[in-house]
Amino acid sequence: MPDPSFIFAQSLSGLTAAMYLFLIASGLSLIFGVLRVLNFAHGSFYMLGAYGAYQLVQWLGTGHGRFWWATLGAALGVAILGGLVERLLFRYLYGKEELYQLLFTYALVLILSDVAKIFWGTQQKSVSRPPGLTGSFSLFGTTVPYYNLFILLLSPAIALGFWFVLRRTRAGRFIRAAALDRETLGALGVNVDRLYLGVFMLGSFLGGLGGALVTPVKSIVPGMDTEMIVEAFIVVVIGGLGSFWGTFLGALIYGQVLSFGILFVPRFSIFSVFALMAAVLIIRPWGLLGKPLK
Amino acid sequence: MLRRVPWPLLVFAAALFVPALGSRFYTFVANDIVIWALFATSLNLLVGYTGLVSFGHAAYFGIGAYTTGILMKKAGLAFLLAFPAAGLVTATFALVFGFFCVRLTRIYFAMLTLAFAQIVWAICFKWNEVTGGEQGMPEIPYPDFDWVERVSGILPFLGGYRTSEYFYFVTVVLVAACFWILRRIVGSPFGRMLTTIRENPERAEFIGVNVRRYELAAFVLAGTFAGLAGGLFGIFNRGVFPDFAYWTKSAEVLIMTLLGGMGTFFGPGVGAVALILLNQQIVSYTEYWPLILGTILVVLLFAFPGGIAGTAQGFARWIGRRLGRA
Repeated sequence: MPDPSFIFAQSLSGLTAAMYLFLIASGLSLIFGVLRVLNFAHGSFYMLGAYGAYQLVQWLGTGHGRFWWATLGAALGVAILGGLVERLLFRYLYGKEELYQLLFTYALVLILSDVAKIFWGTQQKSVSRPPGLTGSFSLFGTTVPYYNLFILLLSPAIALGFWFVLRRTRAGRFIRAAALDRETLGALGVNVDRLYLGVFMLGSFLGGLGGALVTPVKSIVPGMDTEMIVEAFIVVVIGGLGSFWGTFLGALIYGQVLSFGILFVPRFSIFSVFALMAAVLIIRPWGLLGKPLK
Repeated sequence: MLRRVPWPLLVFAAALFVPALGSRFYTFVANDIVIWALFATSLNLLVGYTGLVSFGHAAYFGIGAYTTGILMKKAGLAFLLAFPAAGLVTATFALVFGFFCVRLTRIYFAMLTLAFAQIVWAICFKWNEVTGGEQGMPEIPYPDFDWVERVSGILPFLGGYRTSEYFYFVTVVLVAACFWILRRIVGSPFGRMLTTIRENPERAEFIGVNVRRYELAAFVLAGTFAGLAGGLFGIFNRGVFPDFAYWTKSAEVLIMTLLGGMGTFFGPGVGAVALILLNQQIVSYTEYWPLILGTILVVLLFAFPGGIAGTAQGFARWIGRRLGRA
């Protein structure tokens, strides 16, 4: 049995990974919940968020507060890109077969991965931690970087804010209504097209934000897009496609299974998360907290 | 008039002539095409005919490749045994995975096929002792062709080719046989029922068809032929690697099927020809093949959702109407 501080360290690292995943997967889940489309390009938005943040840090420098502007700028840039894609192309596929929608998002994966290569090459890039969060502190014998602590606090805060918007505001009510019945909502005089655009942009924003915030702890490399989208799929499938708290729960489970899997069965930790995903789909296809699709 | 021409036989004969052109490169490309055509056609049985969108078809390609690879390299088994073994092992896996998958519909079906494929990938990626892990398994031996030299005393036209060319002949013959079987399956009452299920599963259920069992049968058949294609590909590629089963491979073969034309029998084969030739052309100009492929895919989805075969059929009908009117 490993000593307790080691277990604590493992579960903390799993928790940090879970918080990143939650940020990214919640965007994917939101888009699925409303548009009923699994967006393979969400991983590409995450990757562009990371490259965007790197680029903006290069331009703005590493002075005080610069990292945050870069993060925000990158996420907004990704949101605008997502909006353009939805407006110019994606919306024409809404009535079409599911396969066409899936393959369209996959076409975006192919295109955006090469666009990133054209702009940033294949060398790995990295961004240093923002000033003020570079240090670390000790907790139960484990070194915790301040930046990780910040992510552990920020992600639930965004989650709560998000939940508040969905539950308590007019726009949130529209979004939930659109997820249930698009035609009726349109008949009631709501501009559903604009709502879809907004949802797609918000989802892309969350993906881009996750990518930008991950840059200080992970190096930016080609291929991070296809890797991340599979992880995000696992999270939303476990929690329940389109379910907000389900995504949160799915991310927590994923983080813990992966970090303890590495501890106990290092060779098959990746295997275990996919097995978990398959098991959930077999036993409860709509996920732990989701509702069956009609 | 054009319908009377036995096109499949002509293509088969033409394929056998490729090595006679004398270029190693042509044979290589043709071999690649032939194997991928089988892979894409096997997927078409599922996606085009039965209407089940699988996002994990690469799993069966990978399983087939690893089966022949391991049997031929580590167990030293003859190709004659290792090749059917690929089909058998893949069918078993497809039966187990498919049993769970056909219980789900639409997006959940796609997700579960993806999950199973990633499980296969993860095992191939990490199980170093058996699969070679991340490094894969290089140097899969070619089948033994010494007997050809002995036979060529009697049948001189057989001799004088390179091993890779002999393997190409074997591939063409085996894939042609698979195509023939698949064609029979699609044309049989069983195949017609698959199309009925695609068009209207409820109705199929009402007339007393066990839809799930039919879907499972289609799943196993599609998996088996993908496994056979994989078994050939491992040898052709002189190595087996985990990314054979990675999800992007599943997407690639879906694109090929769509490009050629889903639901038409020879469409995916045409897609394989078009995509691989295009790839060979473009890779010599630029390294950004995914960018081109993505763009082609977008154009295809918006302008030619029927793929090459679907568009050609539409065009032929249009011409026919024109001629009929004149």
